[in-house]
Amino acid sequence: MTGHAGGSALDVENASVAISGRPILRRLDFSVAHGEFVALMGANGSGKSTFVRAMTGLRPLSGGSVRLFGTDISQFRDWQRLGFVPQRASAVSGVPTSVWEVVASGRLTRRRWLRPLLGKDRAAINDALEVVGISDLAKRGIGNLSGGQQQRVLIARALAGEPDLFFLDEPTAGVDLPNKEALAHALAVLKDRGATVVLVAHELGPMARLVDRAVVMRDGRIAYDGAPLADHEVHGPLFGDAHTHHHDHVDGGTTRDHVPHMASPVDTAPDEEAAR
Amino acid sequence: MSILTLDFMIRAMIAAAFTGLAAPVVGTYLVQRRLSLMGDGIGHIAVTGVALGLLTGASPTWTAVGVAIVGAVIIELIREREHANGDLALALLFYGGIAGGVLITGIAGQSAARLQEFLFGSITTMSAGDVWVTMVLAAVVVLIGIGLSPQLFAVAQDQEFARVTGLNIRFYNILVAVLAAVSVTVAMRTVGLLLVSALMIVPVATSQQLTRSFRSTLFGAMLLGLVASFGGLMIATFAADGELAPGPTIVLLALACFALTWPLGIWLRHRRRKAEPCDSLPPLAHETIEEHPHQHGEDCGHEAIQHGDHVDYVHDGHRHAPHGVHYDEH
Repeated sequence: MTGHAGGSALDVENASVAISGRPILRRLDFSVAHGEFVALMGANGSGKSTFVRAMTGLRPLSGGSVRLFGTDISQFRDWQRLGFVPQRASAVSGVPTSVWEVVASGRLTRRRWLRPLLGKDRAAINDALEVVGISDLAKRGIGNLSGGQQQRVLIARALAGEPDLFFLDEPTAGVDLPNKEALAHALAVLKDRGATVVLVAHELGPMARLVDRAVVMRDGRIAYDGAPLADHEVHGPLFGDAHTHHHDHVDGGTTRDHVPHMASPVDTAPDEEAAR
Repeated sequence: MSILTLDFMIRAMIAAAFTGLAAPVVGTYLVQRRLSLMGDGIGHIAVTGVALGLLTGASPTWTAVGVAIVGAVIIELIREREHANGDLALALLFYGGIAGGVLITGIAGQSAARLQEFLFGSITTMSAGDVWVTMVLAAVVVLIGIGLSPQLFAVAQDQEFARVTGLNIRFYNILVAVLAAVSVTVAMRTVGLLLVSALMIVPVATSQQLTRSFRSTLFGAMLLGLVASFGGLMIATFAADGELAPGPTIVLLALACFALTWPLGIWLRHRRRKAEPCDSLPPLAHETIEEHPHQHGEDCGHEAIQHGDHVDYVHDGHRHAPHGVHYDEH
């Protein structure tokens, strides 16, 4: 593998992303070493998901570069080294689908056209089900599972391709504590196996003990990059006021730099405007 | 019975069998993408294709294939741009297709009766050449639809995930659109353009009443498509002195299959849900049931549910768990 040349699994340099001409992410520098477990945190709308989408090639960059294992993403072909858990409330589609089938679709990176599932593919799928603790659900229809169990299916799907670098986009959103514990256990197994993990999360909960480094985003830029933070620190005054219910900001709401203020009662609030 | 040995009837049976097998293959992927009406949209567009054939004197089958493919690709591209489910794109092309078809047929000086053959099917008037085209196209659809099923499944299941696994999702999206267009034109002669979608979608709807996995849904739908298509042709041939048109008979038979399986599906899902093991959390407290003359056991008439390491029995809306000589409330 050529990947180890740079010494890091992921290198983002000066990356920017614009959506419909509007700059969303501006000049981000970020790198993740092999085997590192990074938590990407921040308020809603701070650009975490967009950043993950840029790093997985789902969102084109408007500037800068993303390198995966030393290869620029536009040249990158080793997709089996990447495991992606998109942000989904559910894995249900229009046709009944078994857990096994969803997880097996994660094995596609390692299969060729028209080649049936081989023994090693089945072994990897079974192992993935085992790691997230849903082996007994393999035959079940995905529609009958709880939200937390569906999240575990999505993680197993990413695991089935035996990747080295994982991107998980809020796998714990709307998941109860026992399921969070199960996810944390699965991620611990991955970490022990030497996987590199970029985990987007609002609150880490039981996963906090796995995190080597925390990165906090605020308004499309990286506001903090360093030692792991406790959940409440992420929403501290340094990082913006998205979760105002946690704190009473004396100067609440004065951070809207370029947004026009409401001038008269007849004006519509910007939010209402956007909702139309 | 001698009618079955007549040439036109043999051709009709072959065409019905191939169409019945092929149409639900693409239908399954369309239902998975929640695009059940796409077949209808393409069918409407293909009307213009047929009319172009009538106008130019070219084979209506081939002009229909061409126009349907172009229309399907346009639908797919609009869908991709708009990030919507293609609902609006379908509607726009629906109307354009049917209006264009009727207009051009008029210009070509053809009667409405000629167009009707394609709108409602005319399986018994197929030529040997038509049957060959049907067989080849149907075989191509089935081979691609099953051979590339892991890829097509992944793309339809979760586009973003599929893209990060390195699949060229645009290629597969357009492939499905083209396969849908081909299926529509294949089924055109059997059930007609206005009923094409029924043969693609109804067997899938029927099949998924009974299945839990994609694979069994796909193969079940193919089998049901074959039964409906072939059975419908037989009913049309032998019932009511041959007064029944084969196309509508096939579709109504497919719908009858659905009507029969639907209650069964509801019952099956109900039963599965009831038999699911309940959460293995221990009960809040040790709550003993006072007097319980009934002895719970296998086939005691009370629903048995797995609960952790033991079995609970559903009794009047609560769960009784055997504990030594008495029962506990769980």
